[in-house]
Amino acid sequence: MGLVEIRADLHIHTSLSPCSDTWRMTPRAIVERARGLELGMIAVCDHNSMRNVEAVQRAARGSGVVVLPGMEITSWEEVHILGIFQALEGAWAMQAFVDENLPGENIPEVFGYQVLMDENDEIVGSEDRLLAGATTLKVEEVVEAIHRFGGLAIASHVDREGFGIIGQLGWIPETLSLDALEVSWAMTRPEARQRFPEISKWPLLRSSDAHSPEEIGRAWTRLLVSQGTWAELKMALKGEDGRRVLGGS
Amino acid sequence: MKLREIVESLGLEVKCCGDRLDREVTGAYASDLLSDVMAKSKAGDVWITLQTHMNIIAVAALNDLAGIILVNGREPEEATLKKADDEGIVIMVSKEPTFEVAGKLYEMGLRGGHGAG
Repeated sequence: MGLVEIRADLHIHTSLSPCSDTWRMTPRAIVERARGLELGMIAVCDHNSMRNVEAVQRAARGSGVVVLPGMEITSWEEVHILGIFQALEGAWAMQAFVDENLPGENIPEVFGYQVLMDENDEIVGSEDRLLAGATTLKVEEVVEAIHRFGGLAIASHVDREGFGIIGQLGWIPETLSLDALEVSWAMTRPEARQRFPEISKWPLLRSSDAHSPEEIGRAWTRLLVSQGTWAELKMALKGEDGRRVLGGS
Repeated sequence: MKLREIVESLGLEVKCCGDRLDREVTGAYASDLLSDVMAKSKAGDVWITLQTHMNIIAVAALNDLAGIILVNGREPEEATLKKADDEGIVIMVSKEPTFEVAGKLYEMGLRGGHGAG
């Protein structure tokens, strides 16, 4: 099978994240923007929730944009870890585990609205859990659960002090079996490698962490894969059969 | 001042390395961002935090801190205690929150010495 280069932005929030641009970060807006930027693959990763993933997947049908189910989980230490799952079922299993371990109730006026939408951008509900909060799960437990439910575990924005693993924990614990690290849009990967030499041990992805439509694609990663699927992404991270992570935006 | 005086005065529970309470404490630092503690704490400081991940032990060893006070009655993880034992880092637990612990240490005469100057 021939290999092709695709652009991936694997960290995009939706109207469900309290900190997002609620009324504009809709499933259709996300797909439209991703298509315009010729992103072959995106991952929807709201804070501690995957409940808007399916709407974005449906909105993307026929668009050529592959939407992977994801979630940005806040560990007990307040480290952000992305789980990007092979199948929706795995993401739902992770959701059940997170729900059991996420205390608190959202106060929309304080933290922001958490809006559930369908593929036509119609509001179908709102989430009452405190998605802005931290789970009671240790970072090791988060990574272990992501793997158990068929996901890739990626440490978010490792160059950011707040909620980045190096900022919160000083460095990346050897006990963690992360599949990749994410460098934020604020820094290029060479800059990040220079500043944090230890991160060179992992595959580095660069993603937008978009909370508004304009932010989608402010950083992306080029992947050399046979097609835009989760399995191919995993192979690229492992450098298998010629698949690999190329430079980014 | 020695760690022992702090343990007795604040009623701390010693979780590890109670044989090292004669260590001299020369200052204190309070923070939960480990990267910040690595950058700003000084040798001889007692460190007040609510983080219990085992990385706190290496941070304390790296900066030669006098000991760690965990606040709000937080229990250190098993891996953390084991590493503390390996490294000889004193871990103490207070039922009180950071503000109260820091205030009491300040009243006892400890200073941070980390001013802008």
